[in-house]
Amino acid sequence: MSGDRKDLFKNGEEFLQLFSRGAEFTKELLIENERLRASLAVLEQEQADASKTPEEWDKYRDELQTRLQDLEVECEGVRVRLQQVEAENQQFAARYLEIEEENNNLANLYIASYQLHSTLDLAEVLKIIVEIVINLIGAEIFAVYLLDGESGQLDVAVSEGAERSEFPSCSDPGGIIAKSLETAVPVCGDPTRPSNLEEPIVCIPLIVQNRPIGLIGIFGLLQQKDGFSALDHELFTVMGGHASTALFAARLYSQSERKLNTIQGFIDLLTE
Amino acid sequence: MDRKRILIVEDSPTMRQLLVFALRRLKDVDIIEAQDGMDGLRKVSSDHFDLALIDINMPVMDGLKLISLIRGEDSLRDIPIVVITTEGAKEDRERALSLGANEYLTKPIQANRVLRVVQSLLKGESKT
Repeated sequence: MSGDRKDLFKNGEEFLQLFSRGAEFTKELLIENERLRASLAVLEQEQADASKTPEEWDKYRDELQTRLQDLEVECEGVRVRLQQVEAENQQFAARYLEIEEENNNLANLYIASYQLHSTLDLAEVLKIIVEIVINLIGAEIFAVYLLDGESGQLDVAVSEGAERSEFPSCSDPGGIIAKSLETAVPVCGDPTRPSNLEEPIVCIPLIVQNRPIGLIGIFGLLQQKDGFSALDHELFTVMGGHASTALFAARLYSQSERKLNTIQGFIDLLTE
Repeated sequence: MDRKRILIVEDSPTMRQLLVFALRRLKDVDIIEAQDGMDGLRKVSSDHFDLALIDINMPVMDGLKLISLIRGEDSLRDIPIVVITTEGAKEDRERALSLGANEYLTKPIQANRVLRVVQSLLKGESKT
């Protein structure tokens, strides 16, 4: 009897397992059914789209082609504009560099002229000329000649790189010294020429009201200076103009000071 | 942003004016001038500086002496130093760099070059 009951329980368990597997299978079938429904809906929509007439398709294709052509034209326009902007950008960058360089050059010229007119002391003016010729022009061997009012000779007033006596006399000038004094403009020789004291590489005449009062002769350049830039030529011109007037004004001032002191001495003598 | 302090040690007023003019284009920078090596040493010892521009040929104390004194002082040895000089010989350059200069520029100077060098050193892009 007990054996029959055991069999009965066993059969019952097997039935329950079979039933639960059936339930799981049914769930899977429902999920699959749902998925198929969704696929069917998509297919039905695609079928509906595909069922448009050939005319509708042609119209749709024409619209797309027109749109594509418009976009291509627009894209080409944008590409051309981009190239223009890039070219403009390069021009602005180049212009910026030019302006920056111009600004630096003007600063050099401004500072040179500012310093030259910052004093009425002759020794100071000569010192400033020396500073400018060394630091801004890049000369190593040079002399500033000044016209002696009594002898009418151009004598070395200050020099750098060699003793005053080593510089050539300007009593009977030739070469570029004579040329610069005749033309009243700075004259440049070959800047790559080795330094020597026979003839200057650059000669800057110092002229006031068409009369020479001196000259700056550059006989040798600093070793790192291998040529003259546009700024150098501007500096030669500035030196020719501003150094002349600064020297002339300083000389006049010292003369007037001397005369004033002499007159003051006489007045003091008379009033004592 | 911190303001940077730059010391210019140069005996020529013309060069000082030129350097000040160039460096004024930098933002947030204070520029202090010294007229010779001794004046420069006094100023660099008594105040903080982020960079020094030093000429070589100067009265009282030359630039090389000043550089060696700065590099010998613990509190000053990290200041970037730019030499600006007329001396263009290779041995002069090597001597200044061996004493501790970070950059060596020869006269006549180009303001843009000075600006680039100063800017890179202030950013900490030191050569040495």
